[in-house]
Amino acid sequence: MSVGLEHFLVLGAVLFAIGIYLALTKRNAVAVLMGIELMFNAVNVTFVAFSRFVESASPLTGHVFVVFIITVAAAEAAVALALAVLVYRNRETINIDEINLLKW
Amino acid sequence: MDSVNRLGPELILLAMAGILVLGDIAFLVTGERLLQRKRAVLAAAALAGTAGSLVWSGLLVATDTTGEAFSGTMTVDKFTLFFNFLFAGTAAIVILASVDYIKRSRFPAEYYGLVLASAAGLMLLASTIDLIAIFVALELTSISLYILVGFVKDQRSSEAGLKYLLLGAISSAVTLYGMAFLFGLSGSTGLGEIADAVAAADEGERAAYVLAAVFLAAGLGFKMAVVPFQMWVPDVYHGAPTPVTAYLSVGSKAAGFAVALRIFVEALGDGFIASDWANMFAVIAAVSMTLGNVVALAQTNIKRLLAYSSIAQAGNFLIGLAAVAANDPQVMLGTSSVMFFLATYAFTNLGAFIAVIAISNKIESDEIDDYAGMARRSPLLALGLTLCLVSLTGIPPTAGFIAKVYIFNAAVQADLVWLAVVGVLNSVLSVYYYLRVVLNMYTREPLSEEAIPLSPALGFAMATATVGLLVVGIFPFPLIEASEAAAAVFG
Repeated sequence: MSVGLEHFLVLGAVLFAIGIYLALTKRNAVAVLMGIELMFNAVNVTFVAFSRFVESASPLTGHVFVVFIITVAAAEAAVALALAVLVYRNRETINIDEINLLKW
Repeated sequence: MDSVNRLGPELILLAMAGILVLGDIAFLVTGERLLQRKRAVLAAAALAGTAGSLVWSGLLVATDTTGEAFSGTMTVDKFTLFFNFLFAGTAAIVILASVDYIKRSRFPAEYYGLVLASAAGLMLLASTIDLIAIFVALELTSISLYILVGFVKDQRSSEAGLKYLLLGAISSAVTLYGMAFLFGLSGSTGLGEIADAVAAADEGERAAYVLAAVFLAAGLGFKMAVVPFQMWVPDVYHGAPTPVTAYLSVGSKAAGFAVALRIFVEALGDGFIASDWANMFAVIAAVSMTLGNVVALAQTNIKRLLAYSSIAQAGNFLIGLAAVAANDPQVMLGTSSVMFFLATYAFTNLGAFIAVIAISNKIESDEIDDYAGMARRSPLLALGLTLCLVSLTGIPPTAGFIAKVYIFNAAVQADLVWLAVVGVLNSVLSVYYYLRVVLNMYTREPLSEEAIPLSPALGFAMATATVGLLVVGIFPFPLIEASEAAAAVFG
């Protein structure tokens, strides 16, 4: 059996599903961020797989997209952690159930 | 150089953002006198950046410069230029509105720099025609806005910032997943090539395209703040510094619609799948309007009231997007009505928020009950806020009335009569909570006789917004022509 496009797509879908499950169920803001990172990486797997298997005039575009996603996700994580620290200084907690000054 | 010239309005904003943040250091070596004027100098420089951007856009219009830039990742056309004016103008008004508010902050240079950077991102969103560029522009705006929302660093603001960021990051991941499928199906990230691939697709690929469209709509729905991606809106609008709330409610929402028009009309506009997403948007529009208006009835805080009203207004815009691709498509009318509505909404909502900023600067409260008797404490502000709320309701002679007639007409022409009826019923519903604020200001006894001061910057911003909404309400034709010219891009 050879590994084809479907395997990578299923891997990406499973990773994405785990990521979104973590992001929506975890109560710790940092754990939510980990879920989000997992979602980004699921997208990366999907992009690279498509880039390898799909007939295209410019197959490298998928790889280029992944480089951009990694870079932007890093920038986003930096801001996210800074905000998490800020909330922790204000509230002494980063449990999102207890961050409830504003009602959801 | 052609590329640089065409993207000049965006680049000038980014350059000014960099100058502000780095130039802040220069105040360390300047004398005491300049240091005292630091805030005024920074605000003036930021305003000069937006003015430069507006002038450059004007030059592009005057010389009729259109075409692609940076190897086909961006395009400058009438659509782009329309939004250039809208976003640069919005940023200028937000900067004017921030001058007093930001006095308490130690970091005015960073604040203005972030406003300009996110404005550049908003403008780029309207001009990008490649998925990679769309993603980068989206994040340029979003990351700047996450920081701006948490800028005050108190409990509410930091909580709002973290919530906005977590939900925003989830939504961008979802958008990206949709983009990955579009890339996989079409083998390209250019919107033009994707459109060709959609036109050539067979029935077997239809489900995959619809899936990609749903993912994209989920991610952009977050920016547009429509149901079911509206949970963040009241919290973030409530917790963010009020000028940033104004910016979010106008800029970020308009950019969401601009990029949605680009992706859905330009890349996925083929009749093959267009009716699928038209139905989806029609349902979302009806639910957003109804939920936004019903929940707004119960609000006691004006920022939360305006948050729910902005969800309802986003539902109104979506009517136009649904009309673009309904069974009886009205591409031109649907698109131009959305753009006209966005422009009038920018005036109206900015005006309403500026009044809220001026009042809360003085009374330090956003509760509607504290607005009692405001007409006696500040007749001009009360009149301005009343005009804005009347325009949001959609009563003549304000711009909001024309915009609603225009967009309901697009829905009727597109055989979406039921949607227009839902829209009209919702407008009736919204009269109650908008006019409750007005009645509160005019009929109740004031809590104190102290007048509300209006600084020159806020006064100028307020005057621009209210005069704008009255002028457009009485002479709508120039703006209608501009929206039609911009919508003709999708011809």
